Amino acid sequence: MTLDVRDLAYAYPDGTQALFGVTLSIAKGERVALLGPNGAGKTTLVMHLNGILTAGHGEVSVAGLPVRKDTLKEIRRRVGLVFQDPDDQLFMPTVREDVAFGPANMGLRGADLEHAVVTALEKVGMADVIDRPPHHLSFGQRRRVAVATVLAMDPEILVLDEPSSNLDPASRRELAEILRGLDVTVLMVTHDLPYALELCDRSVILSGGVIAADGPTHEILADGDLLAEHRLELPYGFAVPTPPARG
Amino acid sequence: MKGLYRPGDSPIHRLAPQCKLLAVVLFAVVVVATPRERFLAFLLYALSLAVVVLLARIPPGYVLKRLAVELPFVLFAVAIPFIGMGERVDVLGVPLSVAGLWASWNILAKATLGVAASIVLAATTEPRALLLGAQRLRVPQLLIQIATFMLRYLEVILDEMRRMRVARESRGFAARDFRQAPVLAKSAGAMFIRSYERGERVHLAMLSRGYTGVMPTLADGRAPKAQWAMAAVLPVVASAVLFVS
Repeated sequence: MTLDVRDLAYAYPDGTQALFGVTLSIAKGERVALLGPNGAGKTTLVMHLNGILTAGHGEVSVAGLPVRKDTLKEIRRRVGLVFQDPDDQLFMPTVREDVAFGPANMGLRGADLEHAVVTALEKVGMADVIDRPPHHLSFGQRRRVAVATVLAMDPEILVLDEPSSNLDPASRRELAEILRGLDVTVLMVTHDLPYALELCDRSVILSGGVIAADGPTHEILADGDLLAEHRLELPYGFAVPTPPARG
Repeated sequence: MKGLYRPGDSPIHRLAPQCKLLAVVLFAVVVVATPRERFLAFLLYALSLAVVVLLARIPPGYVLKRLAVELPFVLFAVAIPFIGMGERVDVLGVPLSVAGLWASWNILAKATLGVAASIVLAATTEPRALLLGAQRLRVPQLLIQIATFMLRYLEVILDEMRRMRVARESRGFAARDFRQAPVLAKSAGAMFIRSYERGERVHLAMLSRGYTGVMPTLADGRAPKAQWAMAAVLPVVASAVLFVS
């Protein structure tokens, strides 16, 4: 199993309980959508995957390695977290330095580092902006570079927080094509249900701090009652196509 | 970011940033250490700086216009002879303080030379390269990191300020006089909190990519001796002038 979350519970220091025993396994090569209303605990769960938050109860492991203080460095290489706002993710003065930040922290230098940076940028089709400052890029380009910053660390699993938010339709499609072409396990947090259907065979609904549903995306999205129960809705005019779209 | 930098391919542009940075600092030290009575020395400093401007192929007007940042100091310096005490001398019928005139000249001459040298540095060195230069000169990591983040986030924050201004004005706000100050102060407060929160998010993003408190040093470029020698010309000439004059 690439990702194994077992009975994960967590309460914030102020006492608010966000997760009440989440169990979730993701196999190598899967693309899974994590759906759920605002406040369901999605971000809290994501923060546990690379040890930014540490489990109150239960355990998380990535490719067999448990998330603990002494494993953090390797865990953070294995879990590539892409934040929602690329301006938070891209904090260095140039694209090259930003993509190099992760692998350099892992100890890569010289030609190996350069290779990791260029390869990651090529995977998202952004190799030509390598020497540009991030604020000169369009929003869609920044989102793609943000994906490259974690791909450069050669992660076991890519965790994306709302990858389609604020993208225009063409950028949204281009990002989907890129994600589909990557040979990496993906967990995608999203409210964009058609995007989940397009990219992920499997979906998980997190609601009220527990996993409320886990199954094939086309089945989950076709179940109107289940969606309504968890404040999820398909966009106007959208119907789940049959046979389901394949990723 | 539109700054002072003026792209080009002159010998001065090509010098390694750390060489230029150190040369400007040393030049400024020599200028400041020069006794104010040595008019000739100041003239020679200005001439050597002019030669650098020529070599860098910067239009002189570009430097002169940007000297405007000096204005607040100039105003202060101009006021001194009027308010200064002691012996007086008549200039065009206005009695001025002799000591004040000397102090004023001292400030003007030294500040102008220092600012002009900095402008030449900034015009021929990209902001990013300046920071790399400072890093290679062993300026403390923390200062470099703060400046690097400023460089990255200045535009982002300006953008956010622009959006807040549009939001204010869309709801009928116009800053006419001091009575509108509280609104602007609150906007500044909100801006501060937003930036602080962004800082926290950026920190999380850094942690997620293995940050442990030290930035990885990537470009560890050493400058060849020839570059150091070339950069040394300006401060060496200046100190020679100081000792000879």
